[in-house]
Amino acid sequence: MNTGDLSTLLVWGAMTALTIALVAYAVDLAAIAERAQRRVPAKASAGAGGGTTTAVATPPGGTSAVGDGRSLRAEGIARTTTYVGIVLLLGAVVTRGLAAGRWPTANMYEFTVVGVLVATTVLAIVQRRRVIAFVGVLVLGIAVLALALGLLVFFVQADAVQPALQSYWLVLHVGVAITATGVFTVAFAASVLQVLQDVREVGPRPADEAARRTDGLRRWVTGPRFGWLQQVPSARELEAQAFRLNAIGFVLWTFTLIGGAIWAEHAWGRYWGWDPKEVGTFVAWVVYAAYLHARTTRGWSGRKAAYFVFVGYAVVLANFSVVNLFVTGKHSYSGL
Amino acid sequence: MSAYRPDGLDDVFTGTLTEDQPSPAPAQLPSIGFTGWLRWAWRQLTSMRVALLLLMLLAVAAVPGTVWPQRVQSPEKVAAYLVDHPTLGPWLERLGFFGVYSSIWFSAIYLLLFVSLVGCILPRTAVHLRGVRGRPPRTPRRFGRFPAQGQGTADDEPRVVVERAVTVLRRGSRWLPFWPTYRVDTRDEGGGTWSVSAERGYLRETGNLLFHLALVGLLVSVATGQLLHYRGQAIVVQGRGFANAQVDYDTFEQGTAFRPSSLVPFTLRLDDFEAAFDPDTLQSRDFTAHVTLTEPGSDPEPRTIKVNHPLDAGGAKVYLQGNGYAPDLTVRDKAGEVAYAGPVPFLPQDEVYTSRGVVKVPDVSGDQPQVGIIGYLLPTAQEVGDGLWRSVNPQPDDPLLVLSVWSGNLGLDTGVPQNVYQLDESRLTQSVDADDKPVTLYVRPGETVQLPDDLGSLTFEGLPRYVALDLRHDPALPFVLVFALTAFAGLAASLFAPRRRLWLRAAPGVDGPTVVTAAGLARGDDVGLQPELDRVLRATLGTTTADDIPDRTPATPPAATSDSTPDSTRESTP
Repeated sequence: MNTGDLSTLLVWGAMTALTIALVAYAVDLAAIAERAQRRVPAKASAGAGGGTTTAVATPPGGTSAVGDGRSLRAEGIARTTTYVGIVLLLGAVVTRGLAAGRWPTANMYEFTVVGVLVATTVLAIVQRRRVIAFVGVLVLGIAVLALALGLLVFFVQADAVQPALQSYWLVLHVGVAITATGVFTVAFAASVLQVLQDVREVGPRPADEAARRTDGLRRWVTGPRFGWLQQVPSARELEAQAFRLNAIGFVLWTFTLIGGAIWAEHAWGRYWGWDPKEVGTFVAWVVYAAYLHARTTRGWSGRKAAYFVFVGYAVVLANFSVVNLFVTGKHSYSGL
Repeated sequence: MSAYRPDGLDDVFTGTLTEDQPSPAPAQLPSIGFTGWLRWAWRQLTSMRVALLLLMLLAVAAVPGTVWPQRVQSPEKVAAYLVDHPTLGPWLERLGFFGVYSSIWFSAIYLLLFVSLVGCILPRTAVHLRGVRGRPPRTPRRFGRFPAQGQGTADDEPRVVVERAVTVLRRGSRWLPFWPTYRVDTRDEGGGTWSVSAERGYLRETGNLLFHLALVGLLVSVATGQLLHYRGQAIVVQGRGFANAQVDYDTFEQGTAFRPSSLVPFTLRLDDFEAAFDPDTLQSRDFTAHVTLTEPGSDPEPRTIKVNHPLDAGGAKVYLQGNGYAPDLTVRDKAGEVAYAGPVPFLPQDEVYTSRGVVKVPDVSGDQPQVGIIGYLLPTAQEVGDGLWRSVNPQPDDPLLVLSVWSGNLGLDTGVPQNVYQLDESRLTQSVDADDKPVTLYVRPGETVQLPDDLGSLTFEGLPRYVALDLRHDPALPFVLVFALTAFAGLAASLFAPRRRLWLRAAPGVDGPTVVTAAGLARGDDVGLQPELDRVLRATLGTTTADDIPDRTPATPPAATSDSTPDSTRESTP
């Protein structure tokens, strides 16, 4: 077995570990949901009668509230296996770099593996004090799916790269782009949760035209099925959390754009040429810029701003997958 | 006018929290006439909502450029699309979908966005400069509505407490000990009551403004570069030279303000070209062009050009964009006169450098027919079937030229520009053998073959390589870089530097110790606000009273304080 095969094996191992963590988070989430469901009937009637908010503030301090149904055992397993997965991925990235004799961010497979490493690391940092099972499920779900795609679809043998990629910008530009993608992934999970929590906190409203249209979603989210949201921080806290991550991601993304332009100037003789990848990166940048503006625009902050995050993350993912696989351009380095 | 803010900006620092007067009345009705209407339009354009709308429009408008082929990148794909879509194509053409990024609608969006940006940023800059020079905002009468609060008691006089608070607030951070963290102002509020107001994080707003202004600078430098740039492509064969003059370029494109006379007349000679390929996958691993550069007034110098390592020459950058083989051919006509001699660049078609080229021989003696030859070069030829050859390696280990011959009129005198890599076959006939099959000639280096139909002969003299060079000159490049980096720095500062206001009031107790109350306000969610307020209060009051502060803190924690996550705010030194 050579170093390249060892790296692939480590990625399989990491995927297994992260799958276990995903299951553990799901068990935790299910336990919370079940517990909440049992308590809900009394509160649901109160909510329907008075129209008051049904959200229960979690006690501050991050200590586990007794009786909210969290499975500490499942959370422990989830956390430990996430750490194991991160260590295995780190080993996989290092051995991949050794096998190829270069920095391992040159094709879609390597991009996926390093991106998952960043996303799970950010997840581990965010969850270190207070576990939010939903964020774990969402991020690890995306991570396991990405690793499976990477191993089964994007995989290419570790090898040296063509002259156009032989530059230290491969480390800076691509490395930062991957890191930004990883950070955006966790931020996206936080924003999804923020929207759900916000819908739940607002609760049933007098039926006006706009409310009737989204009534299905509201009833669904405020119903017992989403009782686990009680364990989750308030929408405001989640918004702050998502903003911090998105701000970091946005700055990294800006660096990706500028670094990419400098590299393009060196390699292709122009800093900007509206190559499909450049367009995708630019569109994502503009959407996240719109998100930052929406946050500070009256009437657009909160839930509406979070929708920009959804669009922005979708563009980031499309820019990675669709543009690499189905559009020809100067960034066609997928190796497929 | 210090309350200026773009319409719709939600900002705690200019909101009603800190101001006792209500925010300015909504925009006047547009019945004031033309000026009023203009003012209304301007206010709309510079509002946050319109900026948001324009940003989203910009994102949407950029997408069609990846959906439809663009003329600047691949004109041949646009032509093919127009042929394949005879109905839709011309409409897309008219609406500018094949040149999205120079179309009227795309330009309109980003120009409006920049007008909106300037209209928003310039007044804000003026307000900010006044704010930096002015005093921190005075202490509000009531602290009840602020997100961070604290209180305590002190044995000292209110004035002494306030002076101690000033010292604490003026202290620098751990990283910049001599740079005061806060700008501080004290006020005597009468009746023995003193207050301190402090503000930090002007860097946040400075960064924000810098970022937006740098974007304007970036746009201006890019536009200037467009006006002053030139760009040309030239093919240089091994052993031959290139002079930096417009006639020596194969294609040349320039900005409207560029003067061709300002081209620096350097010369470049390709001495050698090295190509390395992976022995198993045959993928390219390294390309190096060894050239001799002669700049005016200096001696010839050997230099190298590689991908990712352009050569600086005469204010331009020379990029290695492509390479291939240029078989050196000599064609003699029936009379034995040399009708053509020289290397002919062949275009590589795949990764084993199967290359295609065309030889046009118009200058035949007498009234003989003109000759056109279409050739395929196989750098390492291998016979895979009867008369079927293919290349198995990009290196020239066993080169073979496979030719088909045409004769008649090349059509060069029609005045229509021709592609040198294409043969216009409309007035040519292909040479065929006795069975009416096209004649195919196989030539190896050093060999001479007789052309069919008694057209003459062809000699394959040698196989030099060529490089495709891209030369570009853009005097605005340093400005583009500086503005981009400024924008980046400004952005980081505007997102990560905390902007906080703290107030502290010391009032004489009824007949006891001095009562100290404090409040804090931050722009955006700031998990570090309450800890900083607590720290300042603790340091001001002395450690003895510090322990009971948390208990007295009002139970209104709207900002996330307990579940702090790795945040970007930097704490200053306790």
